[in-house]
Amino acid sequence: MAAFTLSVNGKIHTVEAPPDMPLLWVLRDRFALTGTKFGCGQGLCGACTVHLGGEPVRSCVTPVGDVGTKRITTIEGLDPHGAHPLQKAWIEADVSQCGYCQTGQIMTAAALLAKNPRPTDRDIDQAMGENVCRCGTYLRIREAIHRAAGQRKEVAS
Amino acid sequence: MSTTRRDFLKTAGSLSLAFCLPLDLKGAASQAPSPTPPAFEPNGMLRIDPDGSVTVWATRTEIGQGVRTSMAMAIAEELEADWSRVKVLQASTAPKFGDLGVTGGSQTTRTTTMALRKVGAQAREMLLQAAADTWSVPKTECLARSGRIQHSPTNRSLGYGELVARASKFTPPADPPLKAPKDFRILGKNALRLDGPDIVTGRAQFATDIHLPGMLVASIERCPVFGGKVKSFDASAALKVPGVKQVLQVSSGVAVFGEDTWAAFAGREALKVQWDEGPTAKLDSAAIRTQFEARLKTPGKVVRQEGDAAKALPTVAKRIKATYDAPFLAHATMEPMVAVADVKPGRCMIWAPTQAPGMTLPFVEKLTGLKADQIEIQVTLAGGGFGRRAMADFILDAVECSKAVGVPVKVQWTRPDDFQHDGYRPATLHELEAGLDGEGRPVAWMHRFVGPSIAAANHFPWPPEATELAGAADLAYAIPNLHVEWGQSDTPVPIWFWRAVPASFNPFVTECFLDELAHVAGKDPLDFRLQNLPKAPRQLGRDTFDPARYRAVLELAAAKSEWRTRKLPKGWGRGIAAHAYLDCGTYVAQVAEVEAKADGSIRVHRVVCAVDCGMVLNPGNVKAQMEGGIAFGLSAALYDEITLKDGRVTASSFSEHPILLLPSMPKVEVHIVPSDLPPGGVGEPGLPPLAPAVGNAVFAATGKRLRSLPLLPAALRKA
Repeated sequence: MAAFTLSVNGKIHTVEAPPDMPLLWVLRDRFALTGTKFGCGQGLCGACTVHLGGEPVRSCVTPVGDVGTKRITTIEGLDPHGAHPLQKAWIEADVSQCGYCQTGQIMTAAALLAKNPRPTDRDIDQAMGENVCRCGTYLRIREAIHRAAGQRKEVAS
Repeated sequence: MSTTRRDFLKTAGSLSLAFCLPLDLKGAASQAPSPTPPAFEPNGMLRIDPDGSVTVWATRTEIGQGVRTSMAMAIAEELEADWSRVKVLQASTAPKFGDLGVTGGSQTTRTTTMALRKVGAQAREMLLQAAADTWSVPKTECLARSGRIQHSPTNRSLGYGELVARASKFTPPADPPLKAPKDFRILGKNALRLDGPDIVTGRAQFATDIHLPGMLVASIERCPVFGGKVKSFDASAALKVPGVKQVLQVSSGVAVFGEDTWAAFAGREALKVQWDEGPTAKLDSAAIRTQFEARLKTPGKVVRQEGDAAKALPTVAKRIKATYDAPFLAHATMEPMVAVADVKPGRCMIWAPTQAPGMTLPFVEKLTGLKADQIEIQVTLAGGGFGRRAMADFILDAVECSKAVGVPVKVQWTRPDDFQHDGYRPATLHELEAGLDGEGRPVAWMHRFVGPSIAAANHFPWPPEATELAGAADLAYAIPNLHVEWGQSDTPVPIWFWRAVPASFNPFVTECFLDELAHVAGKDPLDFRLQNLPKAPRQLGRDTFDPARYRAVLELAAAKSEWRTRKLPKGWGRGIAAHAYLDCGTYVAQVAEVEAKADGSIRVHRVVCAVDCGMVLNPGNVKAQMEGGIAFGLSAALYDEITLKDGRVTASSFSEHPILLLPSMPKVEVHIVPSDLPPGGVGEPGLPPLAPAVGNAVFAATGKRLRSLPLLPAALRKA
């Protein structure tokens, strides 16, 4: 066990945990931030995606001991009002079916848009290409990202 | 505990037909209004609060198919509710909600819509009466609209919230008038999923998100070999892992209890178990194939017979013969199996994403020694279902563990657990022979197939073939000499319902083989289908097949895909297939455009889908379910396969068992046939035509016929 001081969604948390405990379980079981989902524990499905220093990471294979001082952002902290352009676009495009993978999808997409505000289909394929959605909502995910990207442009102009 | 998966439903036999059970309105009958705050609760499923907000309790499980929204729509429509004031909660097995039935077989829409409309209509009539009494005017002068009762002669109106006290005094009318579909304002229009905002913000609560005070999390090490048992185990290292509280043998293996999930997982890593692997330790896929091949040589049960195919075949102009097969498949829901139970003396509370809460109860009774009224299952959102969550195993894990340690327990399965201990879609092997006459008409069709029976393996009180025939015995085409035969060939592999059940493999076989006949006959595959449909509706099994609906979806998919005119790039091909999902009243046809690449890989670029699901409740959701069925079907068509070696499933991760990902998702166009027929299901019917449409397109592109699922690159290179 060791003590870790983590910056999560703009707040500082201290936690006692084994250093190899994945960030996913710290977020979910210690901080009750359950919007980040357990899908595989093997870094292969993307349901657990959070931002670490702005980069999308698979929190299920990120030991808490490796996080250091990097800012952690989860779906709960993506937007203070839950109204990130992607969240709005996701609702409007009626993307979700079971909904379980969608927070990981949105966090992956948010990291993409932060770097590339107007992604092409190919950019989206690359960034989102390893996030599994068993319900098969892929076309709407792509549509929602384009929709959010358009919205961003309007805000900017 | 002696209850095993194989026993599941044994004692609940008649209930298992609940796939077709209607809502029990008696069971859901009027409840006394709760004292504070006073609200109008004309039915266990519906409450209107004094602020005018409407709460609907969904009595079927949301597994992504959209029922929480569509069930609320059906009530809101007749209630004349303001849709923006409607929210949905989930019913539990508490008596006030009545029978929760089974969420499966794409049955929710077909079996509940009329009853839900009646719930809404009852409340509307009571609100109308309440307003009429308030104003001392005839009820017939009052009109319900968008959450208000209006009295236009005097230009007065009252919100539903203002009428709850008075409306609560009435008895719900037995036979309230229902609206004419032409007057619908909510049903038939696109409604966004009510859970959308909670999902995108992470607020949506799944079973895995539940945390109770004092709760432990358990992870169970199971024998990798089906039917194996614990010989001995050494928990000393596991118990030294920080946060591990206990290690106990349970009926499904050895459970490690931790103060959180990671403690349980880490403790399980340190656990040492010796297994008695039992008689199936040598089982592998090749042995099952050999068993099926042997079974195929002996007669099965004749499940459809018209004319005399055996007699006709030697007389035909051309004979065509082929062998097809399909593998075992995993459900691979995104949320691994999980449930929470709190077993106390005299009371058991369960939170589970179950598709079959009522059928699970008898097993919880048996396991806990409690009576049904001491047990409550709160159904949660489910991170995918596809049939898997109608099994009780993962719930009984939690009940047994909580009972053993006396505190609330969440049993969390891992992804390997989920892949390796599923109830799999059965594997099958098929042999077909057909004959064409001199004009290229199919005059004889003989189809013998073998595989295990879901009904038998799980002790359903049905004939063993009942769960295996759709898409084969209900062949749509008019062939004068038709013989379909199924041979039971059970294996130790646990099997269960999977999205579309036998219609996930039989239509691949029959629609591809029919395509073979079309090509041998020198006919266009679409024309060949249309020319060989029966002239009039006919009874097939329990249901009526309507060739006009089948024809209409074929023609619509063909027209929208420009079947006859669109030029495809070199290396591409197009294929068509259809399936009438008679059990839920929905017909679907699909055209797939695929590219067969030099390395043998198959890229599906476009799928045009035509669906006739009767009256459409929520067109947006119909489209979403067709897209989902196509994605699920394409994953199975191209990649998915559960293989066995040394008595165990070889795959334990998404890398060994890939699922279709975004870059491989084709463009999908969904076209809905307008219809006034009763509404049908859409969760499954989008899947069956996909694999044959793709297989037929591969043939069109390459001249090579793939008859084995999945359609692997190596097979295409070798063909």
